[in-house]
Amino acid sequence: MILSEKHQMMRKLYRQFAETEFTPELLDHLEETGEFNWDMHYKMAKYGFMGVKIPVEYGGQGGDSLAYVMMVEEFARVSPVLSIYANTSNSLGAGPLLFCGTEEQKQKYVVPVAKGEKILAFALTEPGAGSDAGGTQTTAVEDGDFYILNGRKTFISGAPMADYCVVYAKTDPTQKGSRGISMFIVDMKLPGVSCGKPEHKMGIIGYPTSDVILENVRVHKSDLLGPLHKGFATAMKTLDGGRLGMSAQALGIAQGCLEESIKYAKERKQFGQPIAKFQAISFMIAEMATEIEAARQLIYSTAVRKDAGDPEASKLCAMCKYFAAEMCNRVAYKAVQIHGGYGYIKEYKVERFYRDARITSIYEGTTQVQQMVISSSLLK
Amino acid sequence: MKYIVCVKQVPDTSGKVAVKADGTMDRASMATIINPDDLNAVEAALSLKDANPDAKVVVVSMGPPPAAKMLRELLAMGADEAVLVSGREFGGSDTFATSQILAGAIHHMGIEEDDVIFCGRQAIDGDTAQVGPQIAEKLNIPQVSYAADIRKEGNTLTVKRMLEDGYMTIQVNTPCLVTCIKELNTPRYMTVKGILECDKKPYTVYDFNTLKDEPLIELDTIGLKGSPTNVYKSFSPPVKGAGQMVAADQASIHALFKGLADKHII
Repeated sequence: MILSEKHQMMRKLYRQFAETEFTPELLDHLEETGEFNWDMHYKMAKYGFMGVKIPVEYGGQGGDSLAYVMMVEEFARVSPVLSIYANTSNSLGAGPLLFCGTEEQKQKYVVPVAKGEKILAFALTEPGAGSDAGGTQTTAVEDGDFYILNGRKTFISGAPMADYCVVYAKTDPTQKGSRGISMFIVDMKLPGVSCGKPEHKMGIIGYPTSDVILENVRVHKSDLLGPLHKGFATAMKTLDGGRLGMSAQALGIAQGCLEESIKYAKERKQFGQPIAKFQAISFMIAEMATEIEAARQLIYSTAVRKDAGDPEASKLCAMCKYFAAEMCNRVAYKAVQIHGGYGYIKEYKVERFYRDARITSIYEGTTQVQQMVISSSLLK
Repeated sequence: MKYIVCVKQVPDTSGKVAVKADGTMDRASMATIINPDDLNAVEAALSLKDANPDAKVVVVSMGPPPAAKMLRELLAMGADEAVLVSGREFGGSDTFATSQILAGAIHHMGIEEDDVIFCGRQAIDGDTAQVGPQIAEKLNIPQVSYAADIRKEGNTLTVKRMLEDGYMTIQVNTPCLVTCIKELNTPRYMTVKGILECDKKPYTVYDFNTLKDEPLIELDTIGLKGSPTNVYKSFSPPVKGAGQMVAADQASIHALFKGLADKHII
């Protein structure tokens, strides 16, 4: 795809920002502490990255999906975890609100999230409801002007820092599976809301993930998001955008792996010459680059088609996530292989990329879930 | 109130420097960047505008049409207007000719009592540091070079100059010209919103016809032919040879001293 001048400028901006601000010291600090870096959050907020894809009238930058995926790609190329900082608000955070929120809800919640003043998490997964979101056990029972929420959400990215959380809860227990689920905007400071201990993760360290526990939480009816009992359909629509973003993250990680591998293969000498001279290495690099480019073209074109209202967008987003995540894992494997023993040492960037890559085929819909989405749309 | 910033598109000298057979720089084959010091000048203007949103930041560049891309980036950073001074007649100008043309362009847009003109200290391609001061001379306004800190109160600027052997703080009234150094600030980035809106901002091209009647421009001293200086030759300096490691023992140190003494270095 030939990028417009504006998108070229955006890529330059994202790259400049990531290469300048995501310093090795900051990345090491994130890795060592595992803590959220508020300075970087506010710096990204200052430049509007939290709202790249959010319309200007709701405090965002008004960019399109291509502007958004390129941001995630370029940020992930330098730091997969920091790409999440700017990603969530643009996808799963503000997504459901923009899709079906009332004007009042959008003004109240999307505007501060787009500006980075507030953090919004997305709480769908439960201990017993991962790929099978229809297995949601959290309940919301009507009580006058309120709903009373009870349940436990798990692996909620950003929950420890979140001001608000979009929570999926069963409102009609008589309906089976994914039916009878509704969405609520839950203020994390409400009585009865608490977070579990941040998880010790393999990768994406520096963006805490924890459980969200809801114990008799009274949520006002004005914070019911979208139509009652029909939250799951909205979740699916929001996940489309999220999948696109996560495929861009996988693309960025793979690109970072490729660049590190090229650099290393030219420097590292074995048998009296740089290892790049050996076909075993150079062919791996050719394969990595080709797969990355294929993913890039798929992701970029899907971003444009999604914005154009292509009816196949949902399937295409699943294809992006499936292909890019698997590709990313293959590329990260080869990057470590090219680095040999050094690739297994923490001082080398590919060691971190390898661990960060692993989650791409799991979160926001596993590879197998993407295959289900793709195949069911073809075999219906 | 205007903050006029003069900017230059320069070859990216961090990469390979290409030189044509005639010894002049092959600009077309090299990647271009915004001259780094000029970005500090842009940031200085934008920072003053942050404190005084009624002010207008106008970026001006003399160069071939591709310089428009650089100007759009500056609009995406937050500048309000851009002017590209571009014409065959201006091509090949040295600093004397360039500063005349830029002074003419600034005079053409009009200087008001509270305007400030910002320039980078020097461009990384020519490294002369002459254009800023010469523009001020042509416009007959005060100039302050090497600004490491700028404060503005009313029509007075207090500027801390960074010199080789210390600092000098001076006050100057507007209109005036300030040349900026990298220690002054950290340039901001563009924003996505700025990128999306940069085409909606005023963008003007001043060609030869626009400026030919400007009193500050003498037509026979502009362009390649009119420039008093001409580049005779430009080249990349030869690559330094490999260094020599000296062991940390008495005999080696003696040998090192002898070698340096023999070459009259010590």
